[in-house]
Amino acid sequence: MHRTGDLYGQFQTLEQQKDSAALGMWVFLVTEVLFFGGLFLTYTINRTAFSTAFGIGSNTLDITLGAGNTVVLIMSSLTMAMAVWSAQVGKKRLVSIFLIATLALGTVFLGVKAVEYKQKFDHHLIPGRGFDMKYHPTHPMAGDDLKELALEKEEVDKAFAVDPDINFHGQLYFSLYFGMTGLHALHMIVGAGLLVWLIKGSFAGRFTPQYNTPVEIVGLYWHFVDIVWIYLFPLLYLIDRHR
Amino acid sequence: MLGTGITVWAAFQNFHQFNIVIALVIATIKATLVVLYFMHARYSPKRTQLVIVCSVFWLAIMLALTLTDYDTRSHETQPGVSRLSEPVPFHFLSV
Repeated sequence: MHRTGDLYGQFQTLEQQKDSAALGMWVFLVTEVLFFGGLFLTYTINRTAFSTAFGIGSNTLDITLGAGNTVVLIMSSLTMAMAVWSAQVGKKRLVSIFLIATLALGTVFLGVKAVEYKQKFDHHLIPGRGFDMKYHPTHPMAGDDLKELALEKEEVDKAFAVDPDINFHGQLYFSLYFGMTGLHALHMIVGAGLLVWLIKGSFAGRFTPQYNTPVEIVGLYWHFVDIVWIYLFPLLYLIDRHR
Repeated sequence: MLGTGITVWAAFQNFHQFNIVIALVIATIKATLVVLYFMHARYSPKRTQLVIVCSVFWLAIMLALTLTDYDTRSHETQPGVSRLSEPVPFHFLSV
């Protein structure tokens, strides 16, 4: 990426140069859409085939943490958009502030995700040898709501009656859950790295109304990661909540 | 954020088989708003807009054709509703 904002020989105007950079980012995002699209497709096919196991798996996720994280991520998209705007109108201090806010919100998202993963480890819901859909409702842990657990146990028992292989099919759900949210989290980590680089640049006062392409490009990437989560959240957390 | 609230509320209502449709429609509205305004697609050159539309188009082809294929072949699905005479045993990650 050009670091100075000088006009390169192959472009006629700075605007053309900037539009080309944005177009390049969009082409990359198209490949990402198809990349995640393949995973969503896999998810759809398996969910259709094993809807009981997928419903039970989905209901074990913590909806408060999930919905909270959605709000955090949309807020971070907003602060990112504000950072791009600040750079375009030349408010250099605001660029730094909004970029730091975006990084902070992104970090909160990843932290909450780590807490959710830890819960799944504790509840024996990691695909592999120890996997057991019945473990969590029959072994209460500190802080568990016993009434909710009784409901869950009833639900799991009913599900075993419908689909005796639910421990196999449930692993399919959790493999997809960890695969898709893990890949999304990896994109967030890459985005956080890019944000650190931008914050360094903004402290050096590098982004001006004439040259703010890096902020805009990273913004596009960050918003894309947000969009992926907008789809992941209802598909993973909310598919079987109505009773 | 309002969209997130509506999504969660809608998920707990019972619209029978339409729950998933409603959730996806809300998600698509949210995603469209992000693309149009946060990502400035509305104010981008026509060439960029064409790239965005193409990406949605290719995604639609991939989803539609693959799902059509899956839907018209017989599979072992839930036990008891198999369309095969002899169900194929399912050995994914057997413990």
